[in-house]
Amino acid sequence: MSASFVALTVICAIIGAGSFIGFYAGRRYKMDLEQWTVGNRGFGMLLVWLLMAGETYTTFTFLGASGRAYSWGGPVLYILAYQPLIFVVSFYVMPQMWEAGKRYRLQTQADFFRMRYGSKHLEAFVALVGIVFLIPYIQLQLTGLGLIVEVASFGAIHRTPAMMISFSIVAGFVLTSGLRGAAWVSVLKDFLLLFAAVCIGIVVPYHYFGGTGAMFSALAHAKPEHLVMPGATKNFGHLWFVSTVLMTSLAFFMWPQYIGACYSAKDGNTLRRNAVIMPLYSITMPLVLIVGFTALLVLPNLPDGDLALLSIVRKTFPAWFLGIVGGAGALTAMVPASVQILTAATLFIKNFCRPILAPSMTDAQVARMAKATVLGLTAVAMSFAILSSASLVALLIIGYTGVAQFFPGVVLGLYSRRVTTAGVFAGLATGVGIVAFLGLTRNDPLMGFNAGFIGLCFNFAVTTTVSLLRPVELQSLDGHLPQGIRE
Amino acid sequence: MKRPSLGSILLGLIPFAAICFPVALWDRVYPMILGLPFNFFWLVSWLVLTPLCMWGAYRLEVPRSPDPRGDGKGGTL
Repeated sequence: MSASFVALTVICAIIGAGSFIGFYAGRRYKMDLEQWTVGNRGFGMLLVWLLMAGETYTTFTFLGASGRAYSWGGPVLYILAYQPLIFVVSFYVMPQMWEAGKRYRLQTQADFFRMRYGSKHLEAFVALVGIVFLIPYIQLQLTGLGLIVEVASFGAIHRTPAMMISFSIVAGFVLTSGLRGAAWVSVLKDFLLLFAAVCIGIVVPYHYFGGTGAMFSALAHAKPEHLVMPGATKNFGHLWFVSTVLMTSLAFFMWPQYIGACYSAKDGNTLRRNAVIMPLYSITMPLVLIVGFTALLVLPNLPDGDLALLSIVRKTFPAWFLGIVGGAGALTAMVPASVQILTAATLFIKNFCRPILAPSMTDAQVARMAKATVLGLTAVAMSFAILSSASLVALLIIGYTGVAQFFPGVVLGLYSRRVTTAGVFAGLATGVGIVAFLGLTRNDPLMGFNAGFIGLCFNFAVTTTVSLLRPVELQSLDGHLPQGIRE
Repeated sequence: MKRPSLGSILLGLIPFAAICFPVALWDRVYPMILGLPFNFFWLVSWLVLTPLCMWGAYRLEVPRSPDPRGDGKGGTL
């Protein structure tokens, strides 16, 4: 039996098991809009934890983190730094979001903006910004998946058919099982990824250097500059590190798909407990980074840093283990992508088309249309992934800096009575404009600062200034305020 | 919707302060601890210490927020 056949069989078995779980999970439930988008708000602690771990550890964390350890060096530590901090921020924001969601039956992030600010134009704008930044993220999962299957099958399967087959499966279980399907596939994915990361992170440095300490000593001796900032990069110094870590930890839970995960919890304390223990799953991250650093010493001339993890695994381990890593990697693309597709489709129909084009649409019609949109979106992301992959990382970085701009609208919306619709609209437009300009003109970082951080500062300033200059009488706004804010 | 208490916010600020402000102090290779460069070790240890801070914040926060199951305890993980 050839190595590629063994690896391929294991990958197919894992993808098959994952899809079976995904289809089976939704079998007993009637998939109305509420069940489809937020699992009827019935997920307990364990399922929310698994779903969040499943959604937040994407192919970007898996391949991208080790790839940046390989090609950037020191600045990659920002990934390690923001992991615990995103959950600190979520502790103070998500339970309140959940409460508002429960009370007003909200299903998406744009729903929250409509409820809080009472403007369908703001709702549609928020939905549109969310979709625009989600599509490159879906595309990235596709490309990552194609890369994983191609390398793990020793080139036996080309990336295009791999992407097509697995994303047909993804679209399939999104349609039949919604968020519940993604949550249950996460169970398999989280354990496989943990298993794979622990094995690789311990065995790889041991195999080549006799241990992690020896590997780091060798690296510190060979390239003393690589392990501290700015490492192999030109301008990713300490200022960049602090502004990026702050921006990312505020931005993270502003990704529209995580709001759905938040609403799926059965109560607010589930989210608080989740925020307390979630950083412990991040223990996989240092292991993945160690693999990237080891790869730099063992395979110094790779054309692409993103190949570092897979290449060294292929060089070190037997074929069946490569299959497990490949399968875990494939699920690592499929789970986040399924939720991202579901979220983008719901945002498009429920929060963009309905308020602007067809206000009379019922929830049942929204659910039907959104499911049809799933197929369209998958096709769009697929064609992007097949036709181009050049500026993928750049697009994702713009995405992060972009969703960060939701933060003032969400947090001030939850905690302040004074913030107004006009203020949030102006702030969001300013912030998104700044990050799009800086990103597209390749001015990120600007004077050492992360572009998203700059956008966020202006966003906050504009939001508060406009809100204070043109205060709206609280009475007229009262109807849109969650009860608790009025207290 | 109650605001988080001051105590729990202060506990949440500890990991932020430890990771962001002294970056020029901890971003160094030596001394290596447990085989890890010092900057790597510092951040890994905050993966473990952050849940401790947030557990404290949880203990402060939960008795204040309404518990839908109504067991009124809510303080246990």
